[in-house]
Amino acid sequence: MRKVAIVGAGMTKVDKHWRRSLKELFGEAGTAALSGCGAPKVDALIVGNMCASDLSDQNNIGSLLADYLGMNPTTAYRVEAACGSGGAAFLAAYTAVASGIYDVVLTGGVEKLTDGVGGNTTFSLGKAADAEYELFYGASFVSLNALIMRHYMGFYGVPREAFADLSVMMHRNGSKNPFAQLPFEIKRETVLNSDMISDPITLFDCAPVGDGAAAVVLCPLEDAKRYSDAYVEVAGVAGASDTINIASRDDLLTFRSTVVAADRAYRMARVTPSDIDVAEIHDTFTITGAISLEDLGFCERGKFHKMMENGAFEPGGLVAINPSGGLKSRGHPVGATGAYQIAEIFLQLTGRAGRMQVPDATVGLAQNIGGSGSCAFVSILRRG
Amino acid sequence: MSVPRYWREIPRRSRLEAAKCKDCGAVVYPPRCRCAKCGSVEFEAYRLPETGTLVTYTIVRNPPKWFEKASPYIIGLVKLEDGTTIMSQITDIEPEEVKAGIPVEAVLRKVMEDGDSGIIEYAIKFRPRL
Repeated sequence: MRKVAIVGAGMTKVDKHWRRSLKELFGEAGTAALSGCGAPKVDALIVGNMCASDLSDQNNIGSLLADYLGMNPTTAYRVEAACGSGGAAFLAAYTAVASGIYDVVLTGGVEKLTDGVGGNTTFSLGKAADAEYELFYGASFVSLNALIMRHYMGFYGVPREAFADLSVMMHRNGSKNPFAQLPFEIKRETVLNSDMISDPITLFDCAPVGDGAAAVVLCPLEDAKRYSDAYVEVAGVAGASDTINIASRDDLLTFRSTVVAADRAYRMARVTPSDIDVAEIHDTFTITGAISLEDLGFCERGKFHKMMENGAFEPGGLVAINPSGGLKSRGHPVGATGAYQIAEIFLQLTGRAGRMQVPDATVGLAQNIGGSGSCAFVSILRRG
Repeated sequence: MSVPRYWREIPRRSRLEAAKCKDCGAVVYPPRCRCAKCGSVEFEAYRLPETGTLVTYTIVRNPPKWFEKASPYIIGLVKLEDGTTIMSQITDIEPEEVKAGIPVEAVLRKVMEDGDSGIIEYAIKFRPRL
């Protein structure tokens, strides 16, 4: 196995891009990633996407994008793992380079949610869940997480306001991100008084619906300097799975997929949670963010709000969490989210994160979840 | 939903038929082909109990498109008497009255109508125990 580096990254602003299509979004992100490292010849394009077949009537995304980016006859295919598609594509791309089969791989994700009409987008996103034993009964993706959040609040006695504060933190971070979909600050009351979507989850507990694309370029670590002086090493990368329906889990209050993927990635990178300077975590809903902080080993169970009071998750604290604003404020173009996270950590570790920059960030982590924790992908990057 | 797709799940969704691992006794719902606890592929038929306790619930106010006419409705996780947890709708109770911890029982109910000419789908829901 060869060591692998990231040598370039690109992304679009997350937004409702009414004038721009799926391929145009990935075209921008992919071109930006490639031009940042001398526009090398690409041996493979591996892209994450969840909803194009539902919302844009398009399968075969690999061919579509390779064609649009003028890359034929490269190897090109899509990876789908619901909201975890971007992280899954990155794992596949890492494996492709580490194995020696490919040298330069462009990987990333793209999602075009606003091509959905009416309730189609909600329905398409819901397909991350178990079609026969969750969706059948009218469960939406939000409602599954609402079941977990109510149980969490009752079990640990964590007040509802604590979750609102997590959303406030994400928006404060995201207000500094030029690529964020919702780059503005909010107050605790904004969350508490926003529309009830699925009790107890309100609108401002939820990541917004938006379009976007992000991409990174991978190559063997030993070749990295040939492409760019600013590169990072992929120190650890792993995935794990759990039951597709949440009712089958022994413990509702942890995502075992994250715990296992993180453990594998930490061991591969030979680091512990306390070594992580900056992390992009998967806060689809505030409850998902809270559980992820615990599952990644950044705080004790049921204590995230106590840690927040001490500034543990701010730059300069224990670990800077979601300086991009996370899914809540940067946005959550589902199949692209994992790619955004990795691109953002790349920018942090190469000192190019602008107003979001975490000082002296050396080791960073990206955690990408699919479904209600039915799969997770954790990647650990180290400054080159 | 296609008729065969609906029809083939009737034993599970309308009769609560689960599977029990012949080697370690784990109850699996919905059934799997290999036991996640012990790796066995030998299962026997097992009927889930019809009573239990509501563990957690939510009121869906922004439903998937096929359920728009039913909104708001309650989705819950029910822990049955044997410890198996199952998801379904909670019925015969107003959203503002539902509470975690209430005893519930299974009842066969309509889940939805698939448009004007599609099939009418039935399954087990749970109501407050009478």
